Amino acid sequence: MDRIPILKLDDFLLVTIQVDMHDRLAMQLQDDLTARIVAARARGVLIDISTLEIVDSFIGRMISNIAGMARVLDAETVVVGMQPAVAITLVELGLSLEGVRTALNVDKGMALLRQRTYEESRI
Amino acid sequence: MPAPIVLGTAVLPIRTAEDVVRVRQATRENAVAQGFNLVEQTKLVTAASELARNTIDHGEGGEVRIERLADLARKGLRLTFSDQGPGIEDIEQALKDGFSTGNGLGLGLSGARRLSNEFSLDSAPGQGTRVMIARWR
Repeated sequence: MDRIPILKLDDFLLVTIQVDMHDRLAMQLQDDLTARIVAARARGVLIDISTLEIVDSFIGRMISNIAGMARVLDAETVVVGMQPAVAITLVELGLSLEGVRTALNVDKGMALLRQRTYEESRI
Repeated sequence: MPAPIVLGTAVLPIRTAEDVVRVRQATRENAVAQGFNLVEQTKLVTAASELARNTIDHGEGGEVRIERLADLARKGLRLTFSDQGPGIEDIEQALKDGFSTGNGLGLGLSGARRLSNEFSLDSAPGQGTRVMIARWR
Protein backbone atom coordinates (compact mmCIF):
# COMPACT_ATOMS: atom_id res chain seq x y z
CA MET A 1 0.00 0.00 0.00
CA ASP A 2 1.15 3.56 -0.74
CA ARG A 3 2.39 5.71 2.09
CA ILE A 4 3.34 9.34 2.41
CA PRO A 5 6.92 9.53 3.69
CA ILE A 6 7.56 11.19 7.05
CA LEU A 7 11.02 12.71 7.56
CA LYS A 8 12.60 13.47 10.92
CA LEU A 9 14.73 16.58 11.41
CA ASP A 10 15.98 17.28 14.95
CA ASP A 11 12.86 17.29 17.13
CA PHE A 12 10.50 17.71 14.22
CA LEU A 13 8.64 15.59 11.70
CA LEU A 14 8.28 16.83 8.13
CA VAL A 15 5.67 15.72 5.64
CA THR A 16 5.31 16.89 2.07
CA ILE A 17 2.08 15.78 0.46
CA GLN A 18 2.88 15.52 -3.23
CA VAL A 19 0.17 13.22 -4.51
CA ASP A 20 -3.55 13.58 -5.01
CA MET A 21 -4.47 11.63 -1.88
CA HIS A 22 -7.37 9.24 -1.85
CA ASP A 23 -9.16 9.02 1.48
CA ARG A 24 -7.50 5.84 2.73
CA LEU A 25 -4.08 7.34 2.09
CA ALA A 26 -5.07 10.40 4.13
CA MET A 27 -6.23 8.20 7.01
CA GLN A 28 -2.98 6.20 6.79
CA LEU A 29 -0.96 9.42 7.07
CA GLN A 30 -2.95 10.44 10.13
CA ASP A 31 -2.21 7.10 11.83
CA ASP A 32 1.45 7.04 10.76
CA LEU A 33 2.10 10.58 11.97
CA THR A 34 0.53 9.98 15.36
CA ALA A 35 2.65 6.85 15.85
CA ARG A 36 5.82 8.63 14.71
CA ILE A 37 5.25 11.59 17.06
CA VAL A 38 5.41 9.18 19.97
CA ALA A 39 8.21 6.97 18.60
CA ALA A 40 10.43 9.93 17.68
CA ARG A 41 9.41 12.04 20.68
CA ALA A 42 8.75 14.80 18.21
CA ARG A 43 7.98 18.31 19.45
CA GLY A 44 6.55 19.55 16.19
CA VAL A 45 5.03 18.48 12.87
CA LEU A 46 5.37 20.47 9.69
CA ILE A 47 3.00 19.59 6.85
CA ASP A 48 3.85 21.09 3.47
CA ILE A 49 0.78 21.25 1.24
CA SER A 50 2.26 23.55 -1.43
CA THR A 51 1.65 21.00 -4.18
CA LEU A 52 -1.90 20.12 -3.05
CA GLU A 53 -4.37 21.31 -5.65
CA ILE A 54 -7.41 21.08 -3.41
CA VAL A 55 -8.27 20.71 0.25
CA ASP A 56 -11.77 19.34 0.58
CA SER A 57 -13.65 18.65 3.80
CA PHE A 58 -12.07 15.22 4.20
CA ILE A 59 -8.49 16.43 3.89
CA GLY A 60 -9.37 19.45 6.01
CA ARG A 61 -10.67 17.18 8.72
CA MET A 62 -7.54 15.04 8.50
CA ILE A 63 -5.36 18.13 8.99
CA SER A 64 -7.43 19.22 11.99
CA ASN A 65 -7.30 15.71 13.44
CA ILE A 66 -3.52 15.55 13.08
CA ALA A 67 -3.14 18.92 14.80
CA GLY A 68 -5.48 17.84 17.60
CA MET A 69 -3.78 14.49 18.17
CA ALA A 70 -0.34 16.10 18.02
CA ARG A 71 -1.40 18.67 20.63
CA VAL A 72 -2.51 15.94 23.00
CA LEU A 73 0.91 14.33 22.47
CA ASP A 74 2.63 17.65 23.27
CA ALA A 75 3.63 18.46 19.69
CA GLU A 76 2.79 21.51 17.65
CA THR A 77 1.53 21.27 14.03
CA VAL A 78 2.17 23.86 11.36
CA VAL A 79 0.67 23.64 7.88
CA VAL A 80 2.66 25.52 5.26
CA GLY A 81 2.45 26.52 1.62
CA MET A 82 -1.28 26.56 0.96
CA GLN A 83 -1.96 27.85 -2.56
CA PRO A 84 -4.13 30.99 -2.77
CA ALA A 85 -6.78 29.25 -4.89
CA VAL A 86 -6.98 26.50 -2.28
CA ALA A 87 -7.35 29.02 0.54
CA ILE A 88 -10.16 30.86 -1.27
CA THR A 89 -12.01 27.62 -1.95
CA LEU A 90 -11.49 26.29 1.57
CA VAL A 91 -13.14 29.33 3.14
CA GLU A 92 -16.03 29.29 0.68
CA LEU A 93 -16.52 25.58 1.36
CA GLY A 94 -16.96 26.48 5.02
CA LEU A 95 -13.76 25.09 6.52
CA SER A 96 -11.71 27.18 8.91
CA LEU A 97 -9.02 24.68 10.02
CA GLU A 98 -9.52 25.83 13.59
CA GLY A 99 -6.68 25.09 15.94
CA VAL A 100 -4.24 24.59 13.06
CA ARG A 101 -1.28 26.95 12.82
CA THR A 102 -0.28 27.97 9.33
CA ALA A 103 2.74 29.63 7.76
CA LEU A 104 3.46 30.83 4.26
CA ASN A 105 6.39 28.54 3.57
CA VAL A 106 8.65 25.86 5.04
CA ASP A 107 11.20 28.40 6.39
CA LYS A 108 8.58 30.32 8.31
CA GLY A 109 6.92 27.13 9.52
CA MET A 110 10.23 25.76 10.84
CA ALA A 111 10.92 29.10 12.54
CA LEU A 112 7.55 28.85 14.31
CA LEU A 113 8.27 25.34 15.54
CA ARG A 114 11.83 26.21 16.67
CA GLN A 115 10.60 29.29 18.49
CA ARG A 116 8.18 27.18 20.47
CA THR A 117 10.75 24.62 21.54
CA TYR A 118 13.23 27.40 22.37
CA GLU A 119 10.71 29.19 24.55
CA GLU A 120 9.89 25.99 26.39
CA SER A 121 13.54 25.17 26.98
CA ARG A 122 13.87 28.44 28.92
CA ILE A 123 11.09 27.62 31.35
CA MET B 1 -32.35 31.82 -23.28
CA PRO B 2 -31.89 28.75 -25.51
CA ALA B 3 -30.66 25.56 -23.85
CA PRO B 4 -26.86 25.25 -23.81
CA ILE B 5 -25.10 23.05 -26.34
CA VAL B 6 -23.26 20.02 -24.96
CA LEU B 7 -19.75 20.07 -26.42
CA GLY B 8 -18.63 16.83 -24.86
CA THR B 9 -19.66 14.25 -22.30
CA ALA B 10 -17.80 11.79 -20.11
CA VAL B 11 -19.27 9.32 -17.65
CA LEU B 12 -17.14 7.94 -14.83
CA PRO B 13 -18.00 5.27 -12.26
CA ILE B 14 -17.72 6.16 -8.56
CA ARG B 15 -17.20 3.03 -6.51
CA THR B 16 -13.85 3.37 -4.73
CA ALA B 17 -11.65 6.00 -3.09
CA GLU B 18 -9.46 5.86 -6.20
CA ASP B 19 -12.50 6.69 -8.35
CA VAL B 20 -12.93 9.89 -6.33
CA VAL B 21 -9.38 10.88 -7.31
CA ARG B 22 -10.17 10.09 -10.97
CA VAL B 23 -13.31 12.26 -10.79
CA ARG B 24 -11.20 15.13 -9.45
CA GLN B 25 -8.69 14.71 -12.26
CA ALA B 26 -11.35 14.50 -14.98
CA THR B 27 -13.09 17.57 -13.55
CA ARG B 28 -9.81 19.48 -13.61
CA GLU B 29 -9.08 18.47 -17.23
CA ASN B 30 -12.54 19.50 -18.40
CA ALA B 31 -12.42 22.78 -16.45
CA VAL B 32 -9.07 23.60 -18.07
CA ALA B 33 -10.47 22.71 -21.50
CA GLN B 34 -13.35 25.13 -20.91
CA GLY B 35 -10.94 27.91 -20.02
CA PHE B 36 -11.78 28.31 -16.32
CA ASN B 37 -9.15 30.15 -14.29
CA LEU B 38 -7.28 28.47 -11.44
CA VAL B 39 -9.64 29.60 -8.65
CA GLU B 40 -12.69 28.46 -10.65
CA GLN B 41 -11.00 25.14 -11.45
CA THR B 42 -10.21 24.64 -7.77
CA LYS B 43 -13.80 25.36 -6.74
CA LEU B 44 -15.14 22.90 -9.32
CA VAL B 45 -12.68 20.17 -8.39
CA THR B 46 -13.35 20.63 -4.67
CA ALA B 47 -17.12 20.49 -5.18
CA ALA B 48 -16.68 17.38 -7.36
CA SER B 49 -14.60 15.73 -4.65
CA GLU B 50 -17.27 16.35 -2.00
CA LEU B 51 -20.09 15.04 -4.18
CA ALA B 52 -18.13 12.02 -5.40
CA ARG B 53 -17.40 11.05 -1.80
CA ASN B 54 -21.08 11.50 -0.92
CA THR B 55 -21.97 9.16 -3.78
CA ILE B 56 -19.93 6.43 -2.09
CA ASP B 57 -20.63 7.21 1.56
CA HIS B 58 -24.34 7.85 1.29
CA GLY B 59 -25.39 6.46 -2.10
CA GLU B 60 -23.54 3.10 -2.13
CA GLY B 61 -21.68 4.19 -5.25
CA GLY B 62 -22.87 5.48 -8.59
CA GLU B 63 -21.52 7.60 -11.42
CA VAL B 64 -20.86 11.13 -12.56
CA ARG B 65 -21.68 12.65 -15.93
CA ILE B 66 -19.33 15.47 -16.87
CA GLU B 67 -20.62 17.79 -19.61
CA ARG B 68 -18.82 20.66 -21.29
CA LEU B 69 -21.40 23.27 -22.16
CA ALA B 70 -21.63 26.38 -24.30
CA ASP B 71 -24.38 28.86 -24.99
CA LEU B 72 -24.23 32.06 -27.02
CA ALA B 73 -22.23 34.00 -24.47
CA ARG B 74 -20.66 31.57 -22.05
CA LYS B 75 -18.86 28.31 -21.49
CA GLY B 76 -19.72 26.04 -18.64
CA LEU B 77 -19.17 22.74 -16.95
CA ARG B 78 -21.96 20.61 -15.56
CA LEU B 79 -21.48 17.63 -13.27
CA THR B 80 -24.33 15.27 -12.47
CA PHE B 81 -23.79 12.71 -9.71
CA SER B 82 -26.31 9.91 -9.50
CA ASP B 83 -26.69 6.87 -7.31
CA GLN B 84 -29.31 4.22 -6.57
CA GLY B 85 -28.78 4.39 -2.83
CA PRO B 86 -31.31 4.89 -0.04
CA GLY B 87 -32.05 8.49 -1.02
CA ILE B 88 -32.46 11.52 1.20
CA GLU B 89 -35.43 11.80 3.52
CA ASP B 90 -35.20 15.47 4.49
CA ILE B 91 -33.56 17.45 1.70
CA GLU B 92 -33.73 20.77 3.53
CA GLN B 93 -31.92 19.31 6.49
CA ALA B 94 -29.33 17.62 4.24
CA LEU B 95 -28.44 21.01 2.76
CA LYS B 96 -27.71 22.60 6.13
CA ASP B 97 -24.12 23.30 7.13
CA GLY B 98 -22.93 20.84 9.71
CA PHE B 99 -25.69 18.30 9.18
CA SER B 100 -24.25 14.84 8.65
CA THR B 101 -25.52 11.30 8.79
CA GLY B 102 -22.03 9.99 8.13
CA ASN B 103 -18.84 10.74 9.99
CA GLY B 104 -17.89 13.83 8.00
CA LEU B 105 -18.20 17.50 8.77
CA GLY B 106 -21.53 17.91 7.03
CA LEU B 107 -20.09 20.40 4.56
CA GLY B 108 -20.24 18.25 1.44
CA LEU B 109 -23.61 19.20 -0.02
CA SER B 110 -23.86 22.74 1.33
CA GLY B 111 -20.22 23.44 0.44
CA ALA B 112 -20.58 22.08 -3.10
CA ARG B 113 -23.63 24.29 -3.53
CA ARG B 114 -21.72 27.39 -2.44
CA LEU B 115 -18.87 26.56 -4.82
CA SER B 116 -21.22 26.35 -7.83
CA ASN B 117 -23.36 28.73 -9.89
CA GLU B 118 -26.16 26.22 -10.35
CA PHE B 119 -27.23 23.46 -8.05
CA SER B 120 -30.08 20.99 -8.00
CA LEU B 121 -30.85 17.98 -5.86
CA ASP B 122 -33.39 15.28 -6.66
CA SER B 123 -33.88 12.54 -4.16
CA ALA B 124 -36.52 10.54 -2.36
CA PRO B 125 -36.32 7.60 0.04
CA GLY B 126 -35.68 4.45 -1.98
CA GLN B 127 -35.28 6.42 -5.21
CA GLY B 128 -31.58 7.22 -5.13
CA THR B 129 -30.07 10.68 -5.40
CA ARG B 130 -29.12 12.97 -8.26
CA VAL B 131 -27.06 16.08 -7.60
CA MET B 132 -26.26 18.52 -10.40
CA ILE B 133 -23.81 21.40 -10.18
CA ALA B 134 -22.69 23.79 -12.90
CA ARG B 135 -20.31 26.70 -13.21
CA TRP B 136 -20.18 29.26 -16.02
CA ARG B 137 -17.54 31.64 -17.22
